[in-house]
Amino acid sequence: MTQQLKLRRVSAEGSFLRRLSADRPARPVYLALVLLIVLGWLLFALDGGQFLSLENVVGIQQRSAALGIVAVGQTLVILAGSLDLSVTYLISLTSLVAAEIMAGSDANVPAAVAAVLAVSALVGLANGLIVTRLRVHAFIATLGVALIIRGALDERYDGPAGSVPASFQHLGYDRIGPLPVSALLWAAVAASVWLLLSRTRLGYRIYAVGGDIEVARLSGVRTERVVVVAHVVCSVCSGIAGLLLASRLGAGAPTVGTDGGYDLESIAAVVLGGTALAGGRGGVAGTVGGVLLLAVLDSIFNQLEVNSFAKDVVRGVVLVAALAIYARRRRTS
Amino acid sequence: MRRTLPIFVVLAVLLVAIAVANPYFLEPPAFLAFVKRAAPLVILAAGQYAVIVSGEFDLSVGSLVTAEVVIAARLIDGSAEATWPVVALLIVLGLLVGLVNGVVTTLLRVPSFITTLGMLLILSGAIFLWTGGAPRGALSEEFRELGRGSLGPVPWSVLILVVVAAAAAYAMRARFGHTLVAVGDNDRAAALSGVRVARVRTVAFMISGLAAAVAAILLGGFAGVSAQVGKGLEFQAITAVVLGGVALGGGRGSVVAAMAGAFTLEALFTLLNLYGISGALEPAVQGVIIIAAVALGAVRFPRRRVAATS
Repeated sequence: MTQQLKLRRVSAEGSFLRRLSADRPARPVYLALVLLIVLGWLLFALDGGQFLSLENVVGIQQRSAALGIVAVGQTLVILAGSLDLSVTYLISLTSLVAAEIMAGSDANVPAAVAAVLAVSALVGLANGLIVTRLRVHAFIATLGVALIIRGALDERYDGPAGSVPASFQHLGYDRIGPLPVSALLWAAVAASVWLLLSRTRLGYRIYAVGGDIEVARLSGVRTERVVVVAHVVCSVCSGIAGLLLASRLGAGAPTVGTDGGYDLESIAAVVLGGTALAGGRGGVAGTVGGVLLLAVLDSIFNQLEVNSFAKDVVRGVVLVAALAIYARRRRTS
Repeated sequence: MRRTLPIFVVLAVLLVAIAVANPYFLEPPAFLAFVKRAAPLVILAAGQYAVIVSGEFDLSVGSLVTAEVVIAARLIDGSAEATWPVVALLIVLGLLVGLVNGVVTTLLRVPSFITTLGMLLILSGAIFLWTGGAPRGALSEEFRELGRGSLGPVPWSVLILVVVAAAAAYAMRARFGHTLVAVGDNDRAAALSGVRVARVRTVAFMISGLAAAVAAILLGGFAGVSAQVGKGLEFQAITAVVLGGVALGGGRGSVVAAMAGAFTLEALFTLLNLYGISGALEPAVQGVIIIAAVALGAVRFPRRRVAATS
């Protein structure tokens, strides 16, 4: 009896360990995050301030929510061996679609949300089909789609347009205890994509396609369909981020995406989280860590009142250094 | 060779289309002005080609161009005798940035997309940190002469472009070019046959840095000092190279076709301007055409693509 129990526990432990090791690329980023938080706390303690104050913690979550949602979507396409550079302009576009359809009235909110999801899914579909059917490299395909959206935006809008009703602005500003609603939205998106990747057949196929598309194809995976779905989900994530930003601004803006630099920034967050740029390795947990790392770094800089240009320099160094460390670990292991 | 043919056809069609809309276009002054306008992008495309054909990316060239122009303006500050030392310094800086990109990518094994993205952030941040947000100083007349002036009827930048193009075409036919393509096609096979892969790739990044320095000197003269001068150039250069039929991922394509790709992109801008699609809709048309051109290239050679992926 006791032996049976013991055995069962050992096997459970084994599978737990195995699951952890499957997500191993995510570990260093959380280690770095903890170190950074301790460092920030020390710096502020010396300065007489408080780093982990409610205001600051909420600020970090709010700042990272939009980037976080985009980065979760970006994780999917990168895992599938693709890339999405069109997220920036899609975010601007969806923020405008949302604000224009809402036009300040509560009754239009469901229609606006549905329209945003439809528009972003369509853009994702276009991305995916161009990459798979027309065999255009994802870099060029999504760059081209980004240019097309940008042209449409430039043609129609000179500045902010539309307006978001006060009720919808709760999404951007309210919080429940220490948790902003926007962060909860981010958590929900991340959790569903995590479930998709680790619990569903589609998730396994995404890893298979990103790992080796030819092997996946020979094993009977419809690789084109998998890549298209990954692109659609990624674009829908950008659409959700567009909704969130519209609710923050109270209007749609053609520059809201470019101002955030979401294309390159989301890719940076994904690879900081240990996901391989070539696809097939990594996961959502690492991406969430990567986004939080960037946000904590930002918050430390803000409170130290470091010049915003110096922030870029440090970000670049952190990004390259992190990837150099990952490469070293991979070689030794 | 068959792979490079489509881009020349596209380029010829675009040039004819421009000539139909503007009959003066094919006369020497107007055509030389077009080549002069295209020269910086063509030179950047030649540099980007070296990096892409060796299997890497260089996203840092746009911010490098901006950095070089801003540095030149600040250091020269309108004085004539400072011109040539600063030009030498710019070239050294371009090579140095390429060296760092190459060493970080090859020795530290950071994917080049991330290395050069980091370099982009570092360069643009550092340069504005140094100038305090807005470019200061001024370029001297001697410096601007390279981008603006001409020797007789032929602009300096066209002469520089001819030299660069000849050097690039020669280098790709020489042993260096063959090893570069071999590294991009299969770095393991190249290493096993005795190629020093890390060194070859680092040299490719340095070529790209050098090309960015030369392009910055021309652009600074042509367009003057601004913090926006290099914005988006990295994507334009990569697009030009891909339009030329060069495979992202390396090992395939010719430098002449890559430069023709840059001319095509510039001809496209000119044509859109002529037909009054300037401004707002321009990026959209550009996006459609880039996707269409690359897609057509992929459809025309399905067998080669299969060979490349297997």
